[in-house]
Amino acid sequence: MKKTMYEKIWDSHFVVEAAGQAPLLYVDRHLMHEVTSPQAFEGLRLSNRKVRNPHSILATMDHCVPTKNRDLPIADPIAKKQIETMAKNCQDNNLNLYDMKNPNNGVIHIVVPEHGFVHPGMVVVCGDSHTATHGAFGALAFGIGTSEVEHVMATQTLPQQKSKTMLIQIDGELSKYASAKDIALAITGKIGTAGGTGHVIEYAGSAITNLSMEGRMTLCNMAIEAGARAGLVAPDQKTFDYLKGREFAPSGDNWDKALAYWKSLPSDDGAKFDTIITLNAADIEPQVTWGTSPEQVTGITSIVPAPEDFDDEIKRQACSNALNYMGLTAHTKITDIPVDLIFIGSCTNGRIEDFRIAAEMTKGTKVADNVTAIAVPGSYHVKKQAEDEGLDKIFIDAGWEWREPGCSMCLAMNGDELTAGQRSASTSNRNFEGRQGKGGRTHLVSPAMAAAAASAGHFVDIRTL
Amino acid sequence: MEPYNKHESIAALMNRSNVDTDQIIPKQFLKKVERSGFGVHLFHDWRYNEDGSDNTEFELNKPAFKDAKILVVGDNFGCGSSREHAPWAIADYGFNTIISSSYADIFYNNCFKNSVLPIVVDKTTLATLMDEVSANEGVKFVVDLENQQVTTPAGNDFKFEVDHARKENLSKGLDDISLTLQQIDKIDQYEEKHKQSHPWLWV
Repeated sequence: MKKTMYEKIWDSHFVVEAAGQAPLLYVDRHLMHEVTSPQAFEGLRLSNRKVRNPHSILATMDHCVPTKNRDLPIADPIAKKQIETMAKNCQDNNLNLYDMKNPNNGVIHIVVPEHGFVHPGMVVVCGDSHTATHGAFGALAFGIGTSEVEHVMATQTLPQQKSKTMLIQIDGELSKYASAKDIALAITGKIGTAGGTGHVIEYAGSAITNLSMEGRMTLCNMAIEAGARAGLVAPDQKTFDYLKGREFAPSGDNWDKALAYWKSLPSDDGAKFDTIITLNAADIEPQVTWGTSPEQVTGITSIVPAPEDFDDEIKRQACSNALNYMGLTAHTKITDIPVDLIFIGSCTNGRIEDFRIAAEMTKGTKVADNVTAIAVPGSYHVKKQAEDEGLDKIFIDAGWEWREPGCSMCLAMNGDELTAGQRSASTSNRNFEGRQGKGGRTHLVSPAMAAAAASAGHFVDIRTL
Repeated sequence: MEPYNKHESIAALMNRSNVDTDQIIPKQFLKKVERSGFGVHLFHDWRYNEDGSDNTEFELNKPAFKDAKILVVGDNFGCGSSREHAPWAIADYGFNTIISSSYADIFYNNCFKNSVLPIVVDKTTLATLMDEVSANEGVKFVVDLENQQVTTPAGNDFKFEVDHARKENLSKGLDDISLTLQQIDKIDQYEEKHKQSHPWLWV
């Protein structure tokens, strides 16, 4: 039988299906951060259970950590306690933790690939919906809740229902300055935030294979924004080249064995998908969200829609609510929307390539009056690499703040946040009401678009610069 | 976990779609290291005014919905983040049942771990139920998990689907980890085989 990549990974990780229970799937890698794990450790303790495979776990601190004055104690006592609890839990259970002071510290979905901790064909989980990022390697990677975090620590398995499969085929050349982020947003615009519900997406086509590993990570990261359980890209030579030589990548004989396995993973020709979506890469403009859901998105040359532009009553109401929250008037040109704050960073767009393209747009410019621009590298390694390339100077000279790594304004848990009514151009993944601060207004864009908006003070069509 | 029993309860209505977990429990309340006490923060940004008083415009603050155990809500409920704090807040507030036309995957899974039953209905049925609650705020529905049926005073009764294993575990209040650990021999065997076939994962 011809199989999709998802089915191959499922079959090779299927443990048992007990009568009346869901199938158990084996978990190879378990990623952790401070926000969704403490109650799981507490549960283990209360039931007198142990972590089954400590070596399968890599932990970091990212959501609550400050991105400046890192030498000072954390001001927020509750965040401080959460950070201390993480350190203690990792120490008690002998887990590999990249704490705040560790040179490997950073956002979990940035540091894991940096160290080659996820390989093709693995099942990977984390108490974080953006775990889908690691599908870029051809690993089945998905977010779980805290009860499931405890379940995986205790049993190395999860009861799982098999997902449906969706193929998103994108062929052709992207236009200049259109990026993986724009593909991800365009997909969410096309199928909606519930479009992928119950599915695992496989991205394929020349526009996908042409993406770098980092671009593939950005794309898979936002599979969850289209409602999917996970996103996958078939591993290829780029994947293998990226992994080779990294700390947790196989070496010697094991490399050859692993490579042979990895090459067997791509979906068989003629394998059947439950749903197929196609997009033409050339049609994808740089994208900007205008509303409070990632599906409320349009191209840079477009206008903010009006409720009556939608046939569906629910979408009409959602548009009306969003315009009200966002303080936007229907039919405003996207390029006429002013911005107050620029954020480049997050597990979606906090990698070195993101800062390279943003620096290219920033070089020789100045941040516009009344605009604050902050660059938050995804990890200390990204930060160092950027500094070695002189990118930090480009940002600083233009009036940007160059910060320490962390999730920062993506979800604004660490004190970096918008004030009510402030409007951001953000390279993160969610524009929900209040996500970046109560009353804050978020427009999701690519790093190049965010950087261009910093100097212009409003959105601009970067293809015309 | 508490077993889920048949009950007759007030159904509260939130006629909103794509309600995300950032709204269900905003991020400033995710820093706690305990599982309890999140109910007071449920829908915080919608529920309270700047000065901390109740926002009387917010649906769930209507007196008729006080003590509701059933939440009737629009499509794609619980989208966004994986935070289990969302169902913790929902359960702690007092809801044990949600009725919607669809849920985000992770949120849906998380509900079952916390004695919350997320019922899926088609969009037409949902609209009918919403109309019934709007017309008669404070109305009580009967939720019968065993027979997979909801009955309402206006006769908008319907059957719902729920996975057999989840139904069993929810109705008996069984803990997933204990159930999985009954398969420990199978997990050990799998792991041995996996070590042979994927030795690079075990270095």
